[in-house]
Amino acid sequence: MRFKIPISISIVIGVGFIVLLGYFIDLPILVVMRQVLLQWAVALAAVALLVGLANLFNVHIRKVTERQKGAPYSLLLIVSLVITFGIGIIFGPTNEWSLWIFNNIQLPVESSLMGLLAVILVFASARILLRRVNLLSLVFLATVVVMLLGAAPILGFEIPGLHGSNGLRALIAQIPAVAGARGLLLGIGLGTIATGLRVLMGTDRPYGG
Amino acid sequence: MSESLASGNILGLLFVLLFVGLIVFFAIGGRKKELQPTREISAFIRLRRVIALAVESGKRLHLTLGSGGISGKEGASAVVGLTVLERFARVASVSDRPPIATSGDGTLAILSQDTVRKTLKTFGAESQYDPGFGQLSGLTPMGYAAGNIPLYYDEQLAATVYAGHFGSELALMIDAASQNEVMTLAGSDNLPGQAILYATSEQPLIGEELYATGAYLKAGPMHLASLQAQDVLRWILVMAIIIGAGLKFLGIL
Repeated sequence: MRFKIPISISIVIGVGFIVLLGYFIDLPILVVMRQVLLQWAVALAAVALLVGLANLFNVHIRKVTERQKGAPYSLLLIVSLVITFGIGIIFGPTNEWSLWIFNNIQLPVESSLMGLLAVILVFASARILLRRVNLLSLVFLATVVVMLLGAAPILGFEIPGLHGSNGLRALIAQIPAVAGARGLLLGIGLGTIATGLRVLMGTDRPYGG
Repeated sequence: MSESLASGNILGLLFVLLFVGLIVFFAIGGRKKELQPTREISAFIRLRRVIALAVESGKRLHLTLGSGGISGKEGASAVVGLTVLERFARVASVSDRPPIATSGDGTLAILSQDTVRKTLKTFGAESQYDPGFGQLSGLTPMGYAAGNIPLYYDEQLAATVYAGHFGSELALMIDAASQNEVMTLAGSDNLPGQAILYATSEQPLIGEELYATGAYLKAGPMHLASLQAQDVLRWILVMAIIIGAGLKFLGIL
């Protein structure tokens, strides 16, 4: 019985092993190959960005031509995309026109979304007990309240035991928060390695092989 | 050769080799008997139910892959997301409402299109495929969130899965989903993102639970084998940390 491995899988596994070994073994040829392959990946990601933009354009053109729900917003997106892309291509990304668009349109819009985010998070924290009534939710909410109250003096007054370098806020931030974060990061690290190894072994194929 | 291998590198390489060995060991062991994940996670029970109901109710499933790329360390969480998308597309191949995947990165948009196309082709439903099933919704985190929000109002969605690299922008998307009574299941590889999803999502995946998704959605025996390898290595790391702390306390280290 002949065992066939598709070309795409062979390329992924081969390239993956070269890059992985290049991290651990300091052989000049491996290091050079790793750098070259990573540079190719960066170039391909840039091309993928253009393909993604073309996809975004197509999706919204279709919404406009088929007069789907929200078509005026799609038209606005297309016009904005064409103008921004055109100015970026013709004058460059650091030209005053490009910077004007960034500073006067994109930045204020994103800042307002950040403001909205603050309100949403306050409501979400308050609603957490409606969704999940358990000990962890209570601990979460209590911690949020302690951290917020301890962030700054209240009307100029510092509450003993809450504020200051020996207060409850500092204690939570320095010990349980750091310990919890490290535990989560270890789990994420192990999960990341496991996923990477499955791709290297050819069992996870997010690339059409 | 020995000069080119520093002690830290040797340890790293040994760790990876041990990981590979454990995955192979559990994969071979899994062939002899049907293995199951050791504990149930309520988010996955709910997700399996919603996937099944989505076909009957004629609603669409939505997956969003975050604004991280595939080439950095955020890539692993996006690969997990693509596994979920493949499961979604399998289920949707018997319905007339294929899933939609959105992302904040060009590479992920292409990979999500490819995943849906490949799965539909495997199940003989390639005619249903449309490049719009894998969309790039924005290139900055906030732009990406803003690009996702209209989906909750315009499409009839049964559930949204957030699997990838997310920051605080996640709250905007989950809030819009909740307002439209769309079930949300979220996992992120980013700590601030995890805090946000814990507060906002109906079904949060904390820590490494996101990486167990493939095993719980029965994406293949290797997913279960790698999950078991992760468990073993986690205990080894826990023991190493405790022993190291003890030795430090005793003044030996």
